[in-house]
Amino acid sequence: MPEEEGARRAEGAGAPADPDAALLERLRRGDEDAFRALVEEHGPFLMRLVMMHVPSRAIAEEVVQDTWLAALNGLDRFEGRSMLRTWLASIALNKARTRGTREGRILPFALLRRRYEEGGGPALDPDRFQGKRGERPGWWASPPVAWEDPQSRLEANETRDVLLRAIRDLPPRQREVITLRDISGWDAEEVRNALDLSETNQRVLLHRARSKVRAALEEHLNPQPEEAIR
Amino acid sequence: MTPRQDRMLTCQEMVELVTDYLEGRMDDDARARFEEHVAECDACTLYIEQMRMTIVALGHIPAESISPEAEEELVAAFRNWRQETA
Repeated sequence: MPEEEGARRAEGAGAPADPDAALLERLRRGDEDAFRALVEEHGPFLMRLVMMHVPSRAIAEEVVQDTWLAALNGLDRFEGRSMLRTWLASIALNKARTRGTREGRILPFALLRRRYEEGGGPALDPDRFQGKRGERPGWWASPPVAWEDPQSRLEANETRDVLLRAIRDLPPRQREVITLRDISGWDAEEVRNALDLSETNQRVLLHRARSKVRAALEEHLNPQPEEAIR
Repeated sequence: MTPRQDRMLTCQEMVELVTDYLEGRMDDDARARFEEHVAECDACTLYIEQMRMTIVALGHIPAESISPEAEEELVAAFRNWRQETA
């Protein structure tokens, strides 16, 4: 079962001491307050992660509930060699991916597979750069323009919707990496463990994801003149 | 991508290297070449700054949470689990 496989590998990777160790010990003894504390602590990031994969909040809540139940039932197998949240993330993602497929959010298998493999595609449209016959090939033809009033605009709800939409449009692996790295603020090592990725792969996926999200922000904050006309 | 060593990086190469740079995954030589380009190119300086702004903006997306109802259902399920495993 891939879920267990991922969790086992994550545990083997020598993670730092788990800040949840004390709560976990109480949880094993059946302490309800410890369970509530863990749900409050980790519920938010699990919801964010799962909502990137499923079409509605209601389904996301079900997946998060299932994740906790699976964690409780698998508690004996969790040996504390990864952080609890890393383990929870790998369980939740397995459930979310399955559920996302069942709900028809995700693409046909061959296409899905190709997009999962990733790697391909430049950070930016090649037309943004001068071609071989340009004055300075490979240098900007259409350089970025400073964003107006970025501080307040980046914090606007409208911009948050643009960010979330851009992430939901990414291939699944990129979506998972950028959600954990940049929304939840995990470090590279922990994301590698949760998603079972090589160091290079993690970085390539993050790069593709950030590049596309930046491009979506650019389009939102400074639409190109020709696009504004269209 | 392994750019040739004998010339300056192009902007198109720079936008592919920016994550390696921000992640601190460049050796000294690669970083020197990256920074040499930055020193000369305002547009790439701005691009890198916009990548940083993008990351900061993502970090400010507010937390999600499960509803109080879903949480109570979960606690009820926890009580069942505790009974079954006791």
